[in-house]
Amino acid sequence: AALKHGLRSQVSAALKEGRVTPTELCQRCLALIKSTKFLNAYITVAEETALKQAEESEERYKRGQPLGILDGIPIAVKDNFNTAGIETTCASNMLKGYISPYNATVVQKLLDQGAVLLGKTNLDEFAMGSGSTDGVFGPVRNPWSYSNQYKEKSVPKSHSEDEESNWVITGGSSGGSAAAVSSFTCFAALGSDTGGSTRNPAAHCGVVGLKPTYGLISRHGLIPLVNSMDVPGILTRCVDDAAVLLGSLAGHDPKDSTTIQDDFKPFELPNLTDVSKLSIGIPKEYNAPGLSSEILALWSKAADLFRNAGAKVVEVSLPHTRYSIVCYHVLCTAEVASNMARFDGLEYGHRSDEKESTESMYAATRREGFNDVVRGRILSGNYFLLKQNYEKYFVKAQKVRRLIANDFMNVFRSGVDILLTPTTLNDAAPYTEFIQEDNRTRSAQDDILTQAANMAGLPAINVPTALSERGLPVGLQFIGRSFQEKQLLTVAKWFEKQVQFPMIELEEVKRHDNGVFQHQKSASFS
Amino acid sequence: QKVLVEVLDHLEHLALVDFRDSEGVERLQKAIHFADQLHEVNTNGVEPMDSVLEDRWCLYLREDDVTEGNCTKDLLENAREKVEEYFVAPPGNIPLLKLEERDTFLQGS
Repeated sequence: AALKHGLRSQVSAALKEGRVTPTELCQRCLALIKSTKFLNAYITVAEETALKQAEESEERYKRGQPLGILDGIPIAVKDNFNTAGIETTCASNMLKGYISPYNATVVQKLLDQGAVLLGKTNLDEFAMGSGSTDGVFGPVRNPWSYSNQYKEKSVPKSHSEDEESNWVITGGSSGGSAAAVSSFTCFAALGSDTGGSTRNPAAHCGVVGLKPTYGLISRHGLIPLVNSMDVPGILTRCVDDAAVLLGSLAGHDPKDSTTIQDDFKPFELPNLTDVSKLSIGIPKEYNAPGLSSEILALWSKAADLFRNAGAKVVEVSLPHTRYSIVCYHVLCTAEVASNMARFDGLEYGHRSDEKESTESMYAATRREGFNDVVRGRILSGNYFLLKQNYEKYFVKAQKVRRLIANDFMNVFRSGVDILLTPTTLNDAAPYTEFIQEDNRTRSAQDDILTQAANMAGLPAINVPTALSERGLPVGLQFIGRSFQEKQLLTVAKWFEKQVQFPMIELEEVKRHDNGVFQHQKSASFS
Repeated sequence: QKVLVEVLDHLEHLALVDFRDSEGVERLQKAIHFADQLHEVNTNGVEPMDSVLEDRWCLYLREDDVTEGNCTKDLLENAREKVEEYFVAPPGNIPLLKLEERDTFLQGS
């Protein structure tokens, strides 16, 4: 029963009052992970350590001394965060079997507050991709593929294996984390977000996906992709929970020199009732080519929702939007080329048997360890960084980056508080359709609405909004000012309350529910 | 405008990653073509942006005190080949074979 409720309102209270114990909660989640194995959301399930953590949490509750609201709460972590004693693979052959000697700062913070680490979730190899389909452990399946809502809308096929071939992707690259939260196997999960990798799968899986401001949460221990854009991402089932996670993770880390030194004060979200002082910006360039008419309509309806509630809703312009994906492509591949240089087989990770020379060993190790996507980005990045190309591509992209960041600054300076945009162009595609285009093309298409926020370092959040005609989740994105997460989340929470996004109806979850649970009232938005 | 074979070879040496096949080269071509769109943007007088935190944060130096270490065992744990407290590498200063000498698809073109 406790599985379906938010942290703040229900589960934490239940734990405190002893209505459910941390070990019960942990066991239920572990059992659900087993029965939803077909989703392929988890790469590693840390059953033993999780149960041990749950037992320790239970002791604390018995003594009346829980560490905080996260004590005993099962969480999952994307497999590109270092976790001491637990394999960290980045879904790559390069790191298969790699057991890190340390915890990423965000992981340590969660453990210090008593959270129970259930396991590491699946992703695109080295977080490069927008489908969670390109990792060595195979693709992640969107739990909504198996929901009554999707099945009801599916065109009936003559063969019974249509469920097998009909499943849709989670989006990516934090697809495993999104699927884990969406299928109730954990209460919250960590993802990462470099171009939209937390918000994209959040939208496709019907969960809240928060990308915090760059510099707010430590990246120490997050295996880097693009140092100037990466952030740890937070995936939860409701906005309040995202605020709780944010509160426990944000703040300066001496081990990450890109975290700001300002004091961070965790906050509780007010229940906004009056939006009349709010100014919502609708960037016209986000009506991008390929945006489905369904999502366009939903976006428009959302704008009306704010307008009718008294907020000021204005159309704004972010003129360089269409170049941000190109800019990202250059900067990302350049930083990737640099970051991937550390994988040479000497100190950790895969090592080739090649012994002729250091260079030949490095080359063979990297050929064996990286997939095509990673290698392609490394090669492109090195091309853009060649002496003859450096000014033309890399520095040029850095200049365009400033223009993109300035676009946002100008809009916020003109009085807009929050921007409202779609998160994705479409609802989740069937896997068989998705893989018909290559990774780079897909990423270029799917990141278009999310990655400008990474370019400018701004906080952004996906809020599940409604179900599409195919019965799949569609989310909308709010983008806020730097370090104004409280305002961003307050507005997101208000919106979440208005739209009443329906709960996923999954047979596996119902089976584990022992009938005590009451169905939440869900008036859908569309 | 196709990328010259010399440049491809140079890239393979720099990246220590190979293109593997003509598809890999095609991928690079497409990536370059895609990136060329950047030149449509007028960036006269615009400074390159290294970090979004350029206004906000100043890198600080901490006291030069040793605060952690003694983790040799942990660090060596993940290395496949080691001797005592050394990582072991094959002989260095042997350059990677040039493309013409290597057995790659590019020999055909």
